[in-house]
Amino acid sequence: MSYSVVKGTSYVLVHAPDMVLHNGTTQTTEKHLNPNSEYLKNLPNSLRSFDEAVNYLPNQVYIGNNKPADLRKDPQPWVGKNVEGASRHGKLGEIMPQDEFIGLIKIVDAFELVKLNKEFTADVKKKLNDHPLVKDELVAKLKEGEEMADIQKLIEEQGAEPVYMNNEVIGCIKRAHDVDVNLNAHVIFENLVSKASGVLAALHLLDKSDINAEDIEYVLECSEEACGDMNQRGGGNFAKAIAEVAGLSKASGSDVRGFCAAPTHAMISAASLVKAGTFKNVLIVSGGSTAKLGMNGKDHVKKELPILEDVIGGFAVLVSENDGTSPVLRTDLVGRHTVGTGSSPQAVITSLVTEPLDRGGLKITDIDKYSVEMQNPDVTKPAGAGDVPNANYKMIAALGVKRGEIERTALNDFIVEHGMEGWAPTQGHIPSGVPYVGFAKEDIEAGKITRSMIVGKGSLFLGRMTNQFDGVSIVMEKNPGVVEESKGVSEQEVRGLVAEAMRDFASHLLQG
Amino acid sequence: MDLENQKRVKDLTEKYGAENVVVLIGGAEAESAGLAAETVTAGDPTFAGPLAGVPLGLKVYHAVEPEFKESVDADVYDDQIGMMEMVLDVDAIIEEVASMRKEHGKY
Repeated sequence: MSYSVVKGTSYVLVHAPDMVLHNGTTQTTEKHLNPNSEYLKNLPNSLRSFDEAVNYLPNQVYIGNNKPADLRKDPQPWVGKNVEGASRHGKLGEIMPQDEFIGLIKIVDAFELVKLNKEFTADVKKKLNDHPLVKDELVAKLKEGEEMADIQKLIEEQGAEPVYMNNEVIGCIKRAHDVDVNLNAHVIFENLVSKASGVLAALHLLDKSDINAEDIEYVLECSEEACGDMNQRGGGNFAKAIAEVAGLSKASGSDVRGFCAAPTHAMISAASLVKAGTFKNVLIVSGGSTAKLGMNGKDHVKKELPILEDVIGGFAVLVSENDGTSPVLRTDLVGRHTVGTGSSPQAVITSLVTEPLDRGGLKITDIDKYSVEMQNPDVTKPAGAGDVPNANYKMIAALGVKRGEIERTALNDFIVEHGMEGWAPTQGHIPSGVPYVGFAKEDIEAGKITRSMIVGKGSLFLGRMTNQFDGVSIVMEKNPGVVEESKGVSEQEVRGLVAEAMRDFASHLLQG
Repeated sequence: MDLENQKRVKDLTEKYGAENVVVLIGGAEAESAGLAAETVTAGDPTFAGPLAGVPLGLKVYHAVEPEFKESVDADVYDDQIGMMEMVLDVDAIIEEVASMRKEHGKY
């Protein structure tokens, strides 16, 4: 059995302070209910600068410049401390500033819905010209820009959503239909943000992996947005839209949904598609969400912290045919929360962790690192949601104690040894299992660890279609280095078999 | 407590009467469990939801509190909650929820 492998990864962040103010749902809801609230008044003073976001250790870990282990060396909280020598350019991606990202939104817009003013356009064109991955033909899509008066008219009279930079309107995103709420300016804004951040992740993956764009045959997009119109609200297909801009001319694709669990569902699907021989290279990609910007802002401001949810996330994972070196995806060690599993944490962890391990004859301690919901605790703890990765590790350890695989006194040692501190922004699907895949590849290839389990969980009940919880997991493992040869039968063997059958037949004739 | 859940608690209380309603919390953090207990007893402290300024004073317990644990089958409890008992800061949760119940509970 030849498994598929994780051939490459990329991780990107976009610093988007104006989008926190104008597009995050906590803020838009507050504007609707209490337009004159103290929170909204004080909020602009709580935003971080681009440099502060770049110098923030969890963000540096996300883009691969620092390791997850560095988070333990420097105890929580990390807010207010600067990383020495931090850079926007990462080993696995980058942190893009908001102005360049607004330019990228315009670049990925295929329907002339994004209008940016002339001054901003000229300015951002210069910056994107210097961006190593945004090629000339993409920059050319910025064109020359629009008159501010025309933009104002679209906002005031035609339901366009303003685009802000430094709290000033520099453009707008038009609605794509007069009546259809699925194509109003707000939805188009969210979808273009998701597409643009997905494109950025795809461009970084192509840059940082040993792959030609035309060798990618299929794309699975796994964000939490939906694109479509009133007759097919979630019609899709972000995957193909992203593939087009990223230059994947030989690829088709489709969208995988499942709330925060979607990236792990996508990994299992991609691994299976490649292992089955359907495609040789499958790209998993996702952009982030504006809705979740500043989601816990009220708690952060109340506790005199800056708004920490000021970045949009994105990532990409390339799953390819076995190359004999990259870590394999054990499609035979997949865990899943089934309809009949139940919702108690014990049942959930059993289905996701120990059930697949039992099938493979492995113990809880045979997984060197568990990648769970890797939310940054700097964000969640002040909001009363605790340290999410730590809570997950405690649950895995407690199950190990119940099964007699771990001594009760060794519970904390297990968490330190097999767990990590969280570093990913609270963008739903972004922190879920996938943030460690890039490091896991590196650590497994370097021989530091043998095996990692990627666990994704999703709160399906938020969609009001079911009260079910969901989750899936897959094991990533050191490549044994042997690419199995085809099990086909050689010509010589066929001749031998035919000759044997003939002899058999002849002897029957003689006997008859 | 999210606005939808506040609405459900309010509607059920109106339908069945406050004395007949028990709210069972499963939140993993003492602070958020305490806030939920406060919401269904003293009213929504964030003044954002349907229970803002509505002191229902309901009976409220967390799933790890002894009052609840002792009233259910021990095997089922161990199966469903035993692992989480090991994980959660049970004492802190009990302190938060019980104090809200004592201070604002009416039943």
